Amino acid sequence: MSPEIASRTTQPRRHGSNSGQPLTRRDGVLKVTGRATYAADNHPEGMLYAVTAISRIARGRVTALDVTAAKAHPGVVEILTPANRPPLSHDPEEKMLPFGFRVEVLQNDGVRYVGQPIALVIAETLEAATEGAALLNPQYEVADARTNLSNGDRFDTASVGIGMPARTAHGDIAVGLAAATHVIEADYVTPAQYHNAMEPHAVVAEWDGDRVTLDMPNQAMALSCASYAAYFGIPAENVLIRSPFLGGGFGSKAILNGPQILAILAARLLKRPVKLALTRAQMYGPVGHRGHTWQKLRIGTDSNGRLTALHHHALCATSSFDEFLEAAANASLPLYESPAILVEHEGLRLDTGTPGPMRAPGEASGSATLEVAMDEAAVACGMDPLEFRLANYAETEPGTGRPFSSKALRECYSEGAKRFGWAGRPIEPRQMRDENGFLVGWGMGTAVFHCPHFPAEARATLRADGTALVETAGADMGQGAWTALAQIAAEALGLDPDQVEFHSGVSSLPDGGIAGGSGHTASAGLALNNAGEDAIAKLAALATADPASPLFGAGNIGVVARSGRLHRLDDDGRSESYVEILARAGQAEVIGTAKAARDQEAAAAHAMFSHGAVFAEVKVDPDLGQIRATRLVGAFAAGRVINPRLVRSQYFGGMIWGASFALHEEAITDHRTGRIMNADLAEYHIPVNADVPSLDAILIEENDPYVNPLGIKGVGEIGITGTVGAVANAVWHATGVRVRRFPIRIEDLIIGWDTSRK
Amino acid sequence: MNRFDYIRPASVPEAVAAAAVPGSTYLAAGTNLLDLMKVGTMRPERVIDITRLPGLDHIEWLADGSVRIGAMVRNSDLAYDARFARTFPAVAEALLSGASAQLRNAATVGGNLMQRTRCAYFHDLASACNRRMAGSGCDARDGENRLHAVLGWSEHCIATHPSDFCVPLVALDAVAEVEGPHGARDIPVDLLHALPGATPERETALAPGELIVALRLPSEAASFSGNARYLKLRERTSYAFAVVSAAAALEIEGGLIRKARIALGGVAAKPWRAREAEAALVDMPASTEAFTKAAELALADALPSGDNAFKIELARRIVVRALNLALEGTPEVMPALPASPFSTTAGATHVA
Amino acid sequence: MSLSISLTINGQARTVVLDDPRVTLLDLLRERLGLPGTKKGCDRGQCGACTVLVDGRRINSCLALAASLDGAEVTTIEGLAEGETLHPVQAAFIEHDGFQCGYCTPGQIMSAVGLIKEGHAEGDPERIRELMSGNICRCGAYQGITEAILEAQKVVTEGNRRDAA
Repeated sequence: MSPEIASRTTQPRRHGSNSGQPLTRRDGVLKVTGRATYAADNHPEGMLYAVTAISRIARGRVTALDVTAAKAHPGVVEILTPANRPPLSHDPEEKMLPFGFRVEVLQNDGVRYVGQPIALVIAETLEAATEGAALLNPQYEVADARTNLSNGDRFDTASVGIGMPARTAHGDIAVGLAAATHVIEADYVTPAQYHNAMEPHAVVAEWDGDRVTLDMPNQAMALSCASYAAYFGIPAENVLIRSPFLGGGFGSKAILNGPQILAILAARLLKRPVKLALTRAQMYGPVGHRGHTWQKLRIGTDSNGRLTALHHHALCATSSFDEFLEAAANASLPLYESPAILVEHEGLRLDTGTPGPMRAPGEASGSATLEVAMDEAAVACGMDPLEFRLANYAETEPGTGRPFSSKALRECYSEGAKRFGWAGRPIEPRQMRDENGFLVGWGMGTAVFHCPHFPAEARATLRADGTALVETAGADMGQGAWTALAQIAAEALGLDPDQVEFHSGVSSLPDGGIAGGSGHTASAGLALNNAGEDAIAKLAALATADPASPLFGAGNIGVVARSGRLHRLDDDGRSESYVEILARAGQAEVIGTAKAARDQEAAAAHAMFSHGAVFAEVKVDPDLGQIRATRLVGAFAAGRVINPRLVRSQYFGGMIWGASFALHEEAITDHRTGRIMNADLAEYHIPVNADVPSLDAILIEENDPYVNPLGIKGVGEIGITGTVGAVANAVWHATGVRVRRFPIRIEDLIIGWDTSRK
Repeated sequence: MNRFDYIRPASVPEAVAAAAVPGSTYLAAGTNLLDLMKVGTMRPERVIDITRLPGLDHIEWLADGSVRIGAMVRNSDLAYDARFARTFPAVAEALLSGASAQLRNAATVGGNLMQRTRCAYFHDLASACNRRMAGSGCDARDGENRLHAVLGWSEHCIATHPSDFCVPLVALDAVAEVEGPHGARDIPVDLLHALPGATPERETALAPGELIVALRLPSEAASFSGNARYLKLRERTSYAFAVVSAAAALEIEGGLIRKARIALGGVAAKPWRAREAEAALVDMPASTEAFTKAAELALADALPSGDNAFKIELARRIVVRALNLALEGTPEVMPALPASPFSTTAGATHVA
Repeated sequence: MSLSISLTINGQARTVVLDDPRVTLLDLLRERLGLPGTKKGCDRGQCGACTVLVDGRRINSCLALAASLDGAEVTTIEGLAEGETLHPVQAAFIEHDGFQCGYCTPGQIMSAVGLIKEGHAEGDPERIRELMSGNICRCGAYQGITEAILEAQKVVTEGNRRDAA
C-alpha cells in the first residue's frame, strides 16, 4: 500500500482541527485494520528470502562453513560468504559521515562480535533460507573475548556521542570539593541495553537496472540514500527508500547495518527481489545498542544545601573497531547550578557490536546516575529531594551563563508535585506501608533533553479546488509524524487538516531530515510551515495584483490565511477564497517550497533544552523484594505542543522506558564467550502492561521564541530522563537500600539476609 | 528448523506405534516444541501430531472424587473450569500465572508436563550442555547462572524446571497416565521429572515412545481446597518465568495443621516437593514460627550452583509466605494478578 | 512431502497445499496467503505481535504449525472490521491512542478481542493489564490500550445484550 493512502484516511471520530488540538492519528485506521504496510509486509513477484548466518564467537575468524550442506537443502538458491561476495563500491571499514559506522558485510573471514553476519543464505522460501543458514555449521579460530572491565582496553577520547566533547570543565572541582560541608561519592553501573523495536530490521530490495527500490524502516532517508548509493556505486537519486511506517526505531533504524546491505547486494546479484528480516536474536549485535557504562559521581554541598562541586566521570563501552560512547556525564552539564562542574569520559573497547544512539543516548544513562546521586546528596544534607533541587535550580546555563531559550522547570516541579501528592513525604526511608503491608516509596528526578534541529525541506501545493498537497520525506516511527506534521502544514496554509493531503515516508520527496534526537516535528515541521507560508505568499501575490480581487492593492498591508480564504490584514471583511483566486488567475496550483534550518545566532546565544520533573511511587514486597512501579507522574515543558494526545503518549512511552531502565532491562553477557545469554524477549525483560498500572503526564505550557519560529522543542526522549532516577530513588525510599547498579534486582532488596549463609 | 515428516495418527495406539520409530517426537500445541525446533535445540525427523487424538480433551470427575484431565486439555480451559478451580485452587492459580493468555489458550496439560528447561545454555547450540548433548559438558556451571538450581543439581547440570503448573501438581500427588509400546502405566508427577545426576539427558521417567494421555488428581487433594495457594516471584509483574515459586496447601482442624503440602518451583530440575517440611508441620499450631521452621527444612539441603545463593533465602521466605497465605484461606475470587505477591488477596489494589 | 489442509480464514474457506511441513500459521498468513497484517515480532511466543483467533481463541500464530490446524477457523486483523465499520476494539484503540508505531497493534487488538470473548476481566483494569501482558508494546502505549479495552468491552457487552434481546 502506498503511503499516500494514509494521508487521505479520515477518522471515525476526530477531535479538533489544527495545531494544538488533540487529533486522533491520521494513520489510525490503517494501523488498527492491519493495512499499514511495514517493510517486511511487502511481497513483490518472484521474491526470494535471505537469512543471515551469524557468528557465535566474539573474536577470531571463521575457518569453515559447510556451504555444500546448506546448498543441498531444497529451496536454497545461493549463499554469500567472504569467498564469493560481489564487490561493493565503498569500503565498509571507512566511516561515512556524519552517522556512518563500520559495518560487517563479509569483507573478510574475521569475527569481531557475537551476532556478526558471517554468511547470507538466499532461498525460495523463508523456511529453506532459515535452515540453510543453520546448516552452515561454522568452524572458528577463537581468540579470547574481551567483555568486561578487567580485559577491555581503556582509552582516552576527545569526543563522545556523535561529535560532542568528552570533557567539559567549569570552575575548579578541587576547590569546590574543598569548600563543601558534605561530599557524596558513588559508583554506578548501567548495563548494555538493546533497542528491541517491535519490528525487526527488514528490507525488501528490488533492482531495476542500476536503480533500486528499498522497502525498509528508516529514520534518516536522505542520508541513507546517499550511503547506499556509495555502497552500490550508483547515483543517490537511483535509490528509492519507502518507509511509510516504522515499527519503532528508537535510534536503531537511523544507521546502516550489514545484513540490510547484504540483502540488497543479493537482490542485485540474483536479479530478483529479496526480503530479509532479522530474527529477534539477530538484533543483538549488528544494529546498535546502548553501551555499558561505569560512572562515578562526586557532589559537594555547602551548609545550605547548595552545590559547591559536581564531578561526573563516565567510562563507556564501545566496540573494538568503532566508537559510539554514551555521552553519559554530559547529563550533569545543563541542570544544576554549581561553581565547579567537571564532566569527563573515557572509552572501553569490548568485543561487542558497536553501540549506537538509543532513545535518549547519553542522557538516559547519565541522568539515571545523576538523579540518584542528587538524591544521595539531598539525604546527606537532610533535605527533601525536591527542595534540594530547587535550591540548586539553574537560572542560566551552568558554567556558561547563557540564558535558556525557555525553561519552565519550576512549573514542572510544582505541578508534578501537586498532582503526585508529594507534600508530606517522610524524609527518612522505609517509613511508608500500604494497607497490605507492602513497603511504599516515593522518589523524584529531573528530566532534561537537548533540542537539536536538523535541516529539512518541504513543498506545499495549493490546488484549484482549495485543497493542498504537502510533501516531505518524514518518518513516522510512532511519534505521530503523519498527524502532527499535517497539522503544522494545515495551520500554515490556513486549511483544515482534512483538506490537506500529506505525502511522506518516501525518499523521493523533499528531504524531511532525520527522525531522531526528538527533533523531527520541529525540523520537518518548520520546513512544512515555511513551504506553506511560501505558497500562501505566492497566492497572495496573485490576489493583491489582480484588480478584480477584493484584496487588490493589499500587497503592502498584507493578508492572513484562514479557513481557505485570504483576508486583508487591516480589514477582515475583505477576503477571497483560494479557489476563486486560482480560478481567476487561471492557475491549477501554486507551489511553495522551503529549506529550513535553525537560526544559528539564536542557537549560539541560548541554551536550548526541554525540561521536566518525574515523580514515582513504587511498592516493594518487604520479604520477597519484588518491585512494582505503581504510579508515575511526569510534568514536562517542551515548548509548543502540536498535538497533546500524541505528546502525552510520547511521554508515557519515555516514562515506561525509564521504569524499564531502572527495574528490568539488561543484556546478560557470558564473559567467557561474549555471547548474550538473553538475546530474546522472554529473558530480556521489558515492561508488560501489568508493570505500569498508572501513568500521568502533565503538559506544562512554554513559549519559546528562540528555539525555532514554531516554538517546538521535542518530546520523544525526555520521558526516560528523570524517570530512571525517580524510580530508583523511590526504591531507596521504600526500602532504605541504595542500589547503584541498574537494573535493580530482587536480590538487592532482600533485607536482613546473612550473605555468609548458604 | 529441519525438514521433518508430519504424521497425524488417528488413535493413541497409532500414535504410540508411530513414535516408536527413532527420531520421532510428539507435537501437542507446539508452544515449547516449535520454539525448541526454531532455535535448533530439537531437530526431530518425525513429528507426531497428537492434538486430534480422540478422548484426550475432557475433564472427567470420577466417582471417588478424583479428577482425570485429558492430556490435550488446554491450560486455560482447565484453569477456568469452575469446579476444577474451586477444588484445586492452587493448580488453577499456578496455571494462570504461567506464560500469557495466548500461550495458555494453546498449551496443553500434557505438553506442560513435558516442558523443557529455560536454561540459556540448553538453548544456545554453541554452548556445552549435557542435557542437550550427553557428555558435552555444562557451560552454565561457571556461566551466567544467577537463576539456576539450588536443589538437586549436579556438576553435570544445574538447570531448573520452568513449569508453574507442575509445582502444585507434585504437592497434590498428581499422577500422569502413560501409554507406550509396552502398555499403560501410571507415573506420579513427582517421579516424572528426573534430577540430573550423571545423566541430565534423561529428563523424564518416560521410556521412548511413551505418551502422557491424562493427568489425575486424587480425591485427597481436594481436602486442601480452602487453604491452598501458589505464589511466584518474577522480575516483571507478569509474563515471566519464576525466580522461585511455591505451592502451599494446608488442612487445618481446631487450629492445628492436620496435613500440609509444600512444593517449590524454579529451584531444581524438577518441581521440588518438601516432604520433611510438610511432616514437621503436622499436628502443629499454624504459626509463622512453624512455617519458618518448615522453610528451613525445605531448604536444608540447598546449595548455590553459582551466583544464586540469594535464591535459597528467597525460597525460604516464599515458603513462609505461601504457607501464611494458605492459612489465610483460598481467596473467594481468583486474584487479578494470579500468584503475584502484589495480588495476594483478591481485593488488594496497588493502584490509586 | 506435500500436504493439503483446509482453513477458514476471515470467513473464507481456503484449501492450502503445503509443500513444506515447517510452515507456521504466522508464516503461512504472511508469506503465502497475502495476509501480512499479522506481525512477526519475536517468532517465539515472547511478544504477542502475531496473535490471531483460532476457533475463536487468541493464540500466538508463530508457535502454531499450520499443518496441525487443518480444519480450523482463523480470524486475523484483516477480518475484524465489517467493511468500513471498525470493530469496537479498533475504534477504541484509535480514540484512546492505544498504539504508537502500530507494529504490535494487530496483535494487541486480536488479543483484546479474545480477552473480551473470554470474559474474565469484567471491567477491572488490573485484570485487563494482567490478561494483556502477553502483548508487548515497546512504544509503551499500555495505558491507552487498557482504557481502550475497558471502553470496547462495554460496547461489545451492550451489543451482545441487544443482540440477545
